[in-house]
Amino acid sequence: MIPGSYDYHRPASLAEAVAMLSDLGEDARVLAGGHSLIPMMKLRLAQPTALVDLARLPELKGIAADGGELVIGAGVTQHELIASEELARRCPILREAAAMIADPQVRYCGTVGGNVANGDPGNDLPALMQCLDATYVAVGRGGERRLKARDFYQGAYATALEPGEILSQVRIPEPPAGHGWAYEKLKRKVGDYATAAAAVVLVRSGGAITSAAVALTNLADTPVFAQAAGDALVGTDGGEAAAANAAAIARTLMNPASDGRGPADYRASVGAVMVRRAIARALTRAA
Amino acid sequence: MSDAIESREDREAKLKGIGCSRRRAEDARFIQGKGNYVDDLKLPGMLFGDFVRSPYAHARIKKIDASAALALPGVKAVLTAADLKPLNLHYMPTLAGDVQAVLADEKVLYQNQEVAFVVAEDRYAAADAVELIEVEYEELPVLVDPFVAMDENAPVLREDIREKTVGAHGERRHHNHVFTWEIGDKPGTDDVFAKAPVTIRELISYHRVHPSPLETCACVASMDKIRGELTIWGTFQAPHVIRTVASILSTIPEHKVRVIAPDIGGGFGNKVGAYPGYICAVVASIVLGVPVKWVEDRMENLSTTSFARDYHMTCELAATEDGKLLGLRAHVLADHGAFDACADPTKYPAGFFNICTGSYDIPVAHLAVDGVYTNKAPGGVAYRCSFRVTEAAYMIERAMDILAQKLGMDPADLRLKNFIQPEQFPYNSALGWEYDSGNYPAAMAKAMEAVGYRALRDEQKKRLEAFKRGETRELMGIGVAFFTEIVGAGPTKNCDILGIGMFDSAEIRIHPTGAVIARMGTKSQGQGHETTYAQIIASELGLDADLITIEEGDTNTAPYGLGTYGSRSTPVAGAATAVAARKIRAKAQMIAAHLLEVADNDLEWDVDRFRVKGLPEKFKTMKEIAWAAYNKPPPNLEPGLEATSYYDPPNMTYPFGAYLCVMDIDVDTGAAKVRRFYALDDCGTRINPMIIEGQVHGGLTEGFGIAMGQEIAYDEMGNVKGATFMDFFIPTAVETPVWETDWTVTPSPHHPIGAKGVGESPNVGSVPCFSNAVNDAFAPFGIGHIQMPHDAWRVWKAAERAGLHG
Amino acid sequence: MGNRTISLTVNGKAVSATVEDRTLLIHLLRDQMNLTGPHIGCDTSHCGACTVDLDGRSVKACTVFAVQADGGSVLTIEGMAAPDGTLHALQQAFREHHGLQCGFCTPGMITRAYRLLQENPDPTEEEVRMGISGNLCRCTGYQNIVKAILSAAETLRTDVQLEAAE
Repeated sequence: MIPGSYDYHRPASLAEAVAMLSDLGEDARVLAGGHSLIPMMKLRLAQPTALVDLARLPELKGIAADGGELVIGAGVTQHELIASEELARRCPILREAAAMIADPQVRYCGTVGGNVANGDPGNDLPALMQCLDATYVAVGRGGERRLKARDFYQGAYATALEPGEILSQVRIPEPPAGHGWAYEKLKRKVGDYATAAAAVVLVRSGGAITSAAVALTNLADTPVFAQAAGDALVGTDGGEAAAANAAAIARTLMNPASDGRGPADYRASVGAVMVRRAIARALTRAA
Repeated sequence: MSDAIESREDREAKLKGIGCSRRRAEDARFIQGKGNYVDDLKLPGMLFGDFVRSPYAHARIKKIDASAALALPGVKAVLTAADLKPLNLHYMPTLAGDVQAVLADEKVLYQNQEVAFVVAEDRYAAADAVELIEVEYEELPVLVDPFVAMDENAPVLREDIREKTVGAHGERRHHNHVFTWEIGDKPGTDDVFAKAPVTIRELISYHRVHPSPLETCACVASMDKIRGELTIWGTFQAPHVIRTVASILSTIPEHKVRVIAPDIGGGFGNKVGAYPGYICAVVASIVLGVPVKWVEDRMENLSTTSFARDYHMTCELAATEDGKLLGLRAHVLADHGAFDACADPTKYPAGFFNICTGSYDIPVAHLAVDGVYTNKAPGGVAYRCSFRVTEAAYMIERAMDILAQKLGMDPADLRLKNFIQPEQFPYNSALGWEYDSGNYPAAMAKAMEAVGYRALRDEQKKRLEAFKRGETRELMGIGVAFFTEIVGAGPTKNCDILGIGMFDSAEIRIHPTGAVIARMGTKSQGQGHETTYAQIIASELGLDADLITIEEGDTNTAPYGLGTYGSRSTPVAGAATAVAARKIRAKAQMIAAHLLEVADNDLEWDVDRFRVKGLPEKFKTMKEIAWAAYNKPPPNLEPGLEATSYYDPPNMTYPFGAYLCVMDIDVDTGAAKVRRFYALDDCGTRINPMIIEGQVHGGLTEGFGIAMGQEIAYDEMGNVKGATFMDFFIPTAVETPVWETDWTVTPSPHHPIGAKGVGESPNVGSVPCFSNAVNDAFAPFGIGHIQMPHDAWRVWKAAERAGLHG
Repeated sequence: MGNRTISLTVNGKAVSATVEDRTLLIHLLRDQMNLTGPHIGCDTSHCGACTVDLDGRSVKACTVFAVQADGGSVLTIEGMAAPDGTLHALQQAFREHHGLQCGFCTPGMITRAYRLLQENPDPTEEEVRMGISGNLCRCTGYQNIVKAILSAAETLRTDVQLEAAE
């Protein structure tokens, strides 16, 4: 319940934050919303020697639509993401998924950057970002790097982020107007991590799906971008048979843990159900 | 004389007495954040205690090295069993006649068992110190399966009582055996079963859960060496019992021990017994001469303070072909964890489980309960259940549905056919209880009508056909539960806690201006006693409830009582309150007679006054009598106006209820949605309908959590799972269904105001109702009894067994 | 790893405090400032009994370091009533509708409800339930809490209308 000691630092700019993080060494961590890190510190499962507080950095805030890309500052909170009418118009799956993260208090603090960068397989946004083919912008001592969400996740709590790098932005190619979308999340109760969740974004034209992306949350030790499942939907009407087929393909990519939410076979099975239902719901929203 | 114009109804309403939904007196401080909970307390020089706990479920302690911890600034002491042994406090007696280790002596028996107690200047230093204490363990084989606890080669757990072949409840036939308790007519029952046309037999398990009040257990112990007085503030549902135990264990005489239970943030049975944290804080305070505070965190609460349930019940029912019950035979395997820390009346090691004949007229029955030790946390307590009544009700209500299914009968009809009838009360059950009163058919009829039961069954049939045609992937289940519970422990002739009879008490004092202070031996943890006891007094004495202060919890001022749990406050202390009030009224009558210059029996009581029979304009109000008591008492009476009652109830009380629910289950995910839940409760006289409704809402919500996923589970290494709110299912406002509440009123004939108590009924009745609904949904597929909890993955597995996943 | 001094506004009053970097906001409020309204009910940031209003956001004070609130503004249950002691509409509604029993979740619940009604002055029942999904209660089953919040919402909307009319 009581965290161990550490030194707190509050930089005034992103550049200062990057420098601090580098100088403080490998046992220093960034602190954004803190609602993944601080609970771990209270259990003494994480024992950083220093924290660099990113919460007030202006460079990490802001939501903008910029030439076909949606640019979200890594320090934008879930609450701010959900409140953005601009994002709700242009990419409504973000609001739907973010509203299913944790609870209202956590959403006031938790950031987009924190949710996508810490590598917790239970987080909802990573699969979403893979579905949307987002790019993460990481800033380090050596400058800026751009990393595809689809290539970012290496294992539980292991990502492509280098030590000393800070995620500054999430850049999402804006889905075309009239796209279909759905985030279907099965959970034991409000606020829980997903027992299984699926994100689907698709485009339909003349009754046939012309593009589709399917990604899975908490069904492996990283988010899973189920490329083959999305590919299998292209050219189909997305109806029951096509959806079942896509779900079956997605299922082969799942490797869920057995935990309090259920045994692995159950979670994979309901994972497939989430894929089917997400496809069905996405179609009701597609032009 | 404007009073004379006021009608009886108006005068009654002004009192806000029995039957009024009086807004609560205690709310003012809570809504402003000015409650006084144990962790709010700050005393000069106060230190903080925290535990080092075992990561292993079963291991020898080879070495404890506290040197690094003691070197940390701010750390004042580290206690281990070695420090407590000379004081004979390394074990403490439990309420069930066993002993429990305060600090592990040479071995640990469950994960997170207390091994050392650190005392430091503040919480943060104490937490750091805990990390620095090194303990060397040698692991031992772990026993978590109660079904093999008494196997020949089962590991020995309790080396401390290895040689004891006789325990507190009789013979111990194995080193992991705690007790066997039997009741009923075995030969008669066996005979009935041998001849019965229809029988069912099922293993029905009630899984391990935990009361989990929102406030964890805590205490502040403060030894004043100059006065020789020990004061303990704590989360105590039974403060006087704690005082007596503390006095015996510490050898400080009882008049020098003061226990104060301030505001308590929920109890639900978790806060009845004593825990190592209390003992260690007391010892530390005595040794160090300053106050010591101990507050457990949530993981400690869920994994080490007393669990509830963990009963494996094999139930058999015998019946005729047309569904008339002939007999009940049951065996229970009770998993008590490492120590039997059950909070039961002494003579009832399995609580009142013998209420398991339920609401039904069963002519003959036999019950045997075997308790065993395992490498799990000690217990169990009554989680809003009155001593194993939740377990008993679950067993009989599941069994009735199972029998109904075998007979091809509707579950409600089977119950209607077997109810104890109104004319049979007081009813002597086959397992030894005398039920006070009840009208079950009327309650059941009212409930069934309210939900449109027959129409629901029709709808269910149609939906099942639609399911079979592939038009829906949802199954509809209807849950029926009709419970009779037994609360209000209890008559001293058979109910005692550690030898102290389970009476309770009330002391009422009227002030000269007609305001009142009253103290009871119970202790509210949210039940609203400051409001409801005042309502009883208001009605009995004709004084405005808003002018009545109710106090509980300070053993220096409150009369001795056995505390609040098992829904006993209204039945026992509520009765004491009425009896004490009537003693006052008897004296008041004499004073009024003296004032009015008439004879005592020329007067009659009218709401708030004594008036002369036949001359209603000649009266004295209780307010006037109060003033007179202090300045014009009759010559043969002392001044003052007060009375105390220690009430020894003649019997328990038997609230009952009819609960019906409708569930829709998604067979592809296992997720169940409660479409409707209707709860009809009969708790006899209803003191405050608003508070009763609130109690029912809360109990139903706890039952919902229990039935639908809440669980304290262990893996085969004895690692506890579900000891945080991540996994321990506490429903939020989103999952919690909307509750419909209703009632009938069948007063208790033996209670002074006819009240029975209601706090635990909803937990007793709701769990079988939910569980029956889930089982009912799958009944057409013949997969047999589905065990609780009914979390989504288990429901899904049931659907898989039923072949519903194609 | 020593102490530092922070400044913040608590219930409208400017205060300064000396804390360790690791001191949790809930401990600063409860142990140092004697604001024992917000409570601790769990270790894993689930129960919400510690909820305060920090810079216009409902936050769980057990999951925020005091140093993160340096320069910020905190509202707790103790600051909900008016300076003259008049209870906030939520406080009154909780009593009127029996939205509390043991009182332990109540400060966090009311403080959260306050921000909820700022976000959404006219919520549906479903929105209220979602809005308090970060606050656990063991006693009430939430039903009367929801009633109380809906009632307070109506009172507050009426007050706003009356004020606007003036």
